[in-house]
Amino acid sequence: MLSFETFLIAPVIKIVIAVFVLLTAVAYTVWLERKVVGHIQNRWGPTRVGPFGLLQPLADGIKFIFKEDLTPPHVYKPLYIAAPIIAVMCALTSISVIPIGNAIRIFGYEIPLQITDLNIGLLIILGITSVGVYGVALAGWSSNSKYSLLGGLRASAQMVSYEISLGLSLVGVLILSGSFSLQEIVAAQSGSWFHVIPKWNIFQGQIVAFFIYLTAAYAETNRIPFDLPEAETELVAGYHTEYSAMKFAMFFMAEYANMITVACLATLLFLGGWHGPIFGPPILQAVLPVAWFFLKVVGFLFIYIWVRGTLPRFRYDQLMAFGWKFLLPLAIANLVITALVVALKS
Amino acid sequence: MNLHLALFLIFGAICVAGAINLLVQRHPINSALSLITVMASLAVEYLLLGAEFVAAVQVIIYAGAIMVLFVFVIMLLNAGEEERSGGSRIALLIGVPGMILGSTIVAWVLLEHSATGSVSIGALPGDPKKIGWLLFHDFLLPFEVTSVLILIAIMGAVVLASKPELSSRGEKER
Amino acid sequence: MVPLSYYLVLSGILFACGILGFLIKRNIITIFMSIELMLNGVNLSFVAFAAHWQHLSGQIFVFFVMVVAAAEAAVGLAIIIAVYRTRATLNVDQVNLLKL
Repeated sequence: MLSFETFLIAPVIKIVIAVFVLLTAVAYTVWLERKVVGHIQNRWGPTRVGPFGLLQPLADGIKFIFKEDLTPPHVYKPLYIAAPIIAVMCALTSISVIPIGNAIRIFGYEIPLQITDLNIGLLIILGITSVGVYGVALAGWSSNSKYSLLGGLRASAQMVSYEISLGLSLVGVLILSGSFSLQEIVAAQSGSWFHVIPKWNIFQGQIVAFFIYLTAAYAETNRIPFDLPEAETELVAGYHTEYSAMKFAMFFMAEYANMITVACLATLLFLGGWHGPIFGPPILQAVLPVAWFFLKVVGFLFIYIWVRGTLPRFRYDQLMAFGWKFLLPLAIANLVITALVVALKS
Repeated sequence: MNLHLALFLIFGAICVAGAINLLVQRHPINSALSLITVMASLAVEYLLLGAEFVAAVQVIIYAGAIMVLFVFVIMLLNAGEEERSGGSRIALLIGVPGMILGSTIVAWVLLEHSATGSVSIGALPGDPKKIGWLLFHDFLLPFEVTSVLILIAIMGAVVLASKPELSSRGEKER
Repeated sequence: MVPLSYYLVLSGILFACGILGFLIKRNIITIFMSIELMLNGVNLSFVAFAAHWQHLSGQIFVFFVMVVAAAEAAVGLAIIIAVYRTRATLNVDQVNLLKL
């Protein structure tokens, strides 16, 4: 039960491991993106630094540390420094409620592979995403330059608009699972029909919700086709124009960490979490769920990067019209239909 | 001094510090940020009382949407620092001591007659299922009325914030 | 175990700061934020009493207060933008003529 070890020591160890793994995952997501976009554009991507360019993120990190950290004189200092801190903090905190596998037994303790299982876990992630908008808005405002201000305003308006569709697309999943706790949502997707088709939420009728979630997630993380606020050809660099070296690296890290969080959430809510064929000796049985989770997250990230390399970007008014006039009614319709089906079934 | 009292006092102190900072700061963006910290620490106070769903909704809606709206408008209108004027000096001289006196009296009366008992940590767990049940059964009419209210507010905000209509000559230009 | 009156005193302090902000501040956006502060103080009162009397209606009423606050913030900020467009000032002392 709730002993000193399970309450304090295990979570602290899990936090250290999670932060380390997340930062490494961010670095290698950048590598994956550069390789995949390179191959889509018929070139190699990084190949020189280490085999297959695998040490490229390390080289980038060292470069960022040694770059000159220039603070322009016309910025509003307190918020200029606080904005990337807020962005990174919110991006790294969401990982604390995401479970990556079944509970494992170490030294006789039953340790869940999740830093904390809150029974409102999904709402916590939505809340942290909502607070993450401040990093962008304050960066744009405190930089005191017209490109940054326009980019910051556009980015925060876009993020706030697509948050609604994001939240509504998740309500269908909540109706099917009956709980906000991420462990219970994944547990409701266990088993399969005819031993072939798994009972993932995407097959239980939430396919429209999955696509709404996908589209809203692209807009939330400011990725193509919704990345007008930070497009180089439009706004120099949008809200992080005036940032250099480590502060820019923090925004960069925050964007990729948000991508990974969104991918993990999609895996948990729509693709069945860590459920997959389990076979072999007990040590393999403990590792396989984590491996399935990892594979699904990487697949989702690959779709993210694939879309980035393929589609052109929306104009800002097209973007806002799409979010409010198409995605939001579709999400509400999905919610109504799901609720009707569940109510008629029971 | 148990954990509940210690946590209540810490986050209560943050709330009060944020509220006083809102009054003291001259630039509205600093006031907005202190209000956000007040709302976040209030969410923790709600968690201490067991209202987990209300705490999450406070962060998502109040700190994550309403205050973003405020910050947005401050950025858009490029609000500058406040200046002192005659009226505001008089208000400061009379208002601050008056308010402090009034609230001290009320607080003293409340603490004196504190025979109303105490609440334990996590006193009333606000389970989302139970709240949803109550909301759609006992409180259905207020729920529907508030949804109409939001619709009216949306329409009002869109009409009020849109650019002024061009004259009929401008209509032909479009 | 925290006495209920502590929660009420905290709620009262927040409400008093909100009233003070409403009276002494001259920037209209800051006045609006003081109104939100007052509403937050009242929300804390609701939740504290709900926990004391073990009745969930207090927590439900917080939702209605939040909805009203959101609607009021949206419409009020739209009015502020409209006022700024015509008067070019955010200082309430200078918005004192019916006709420009």
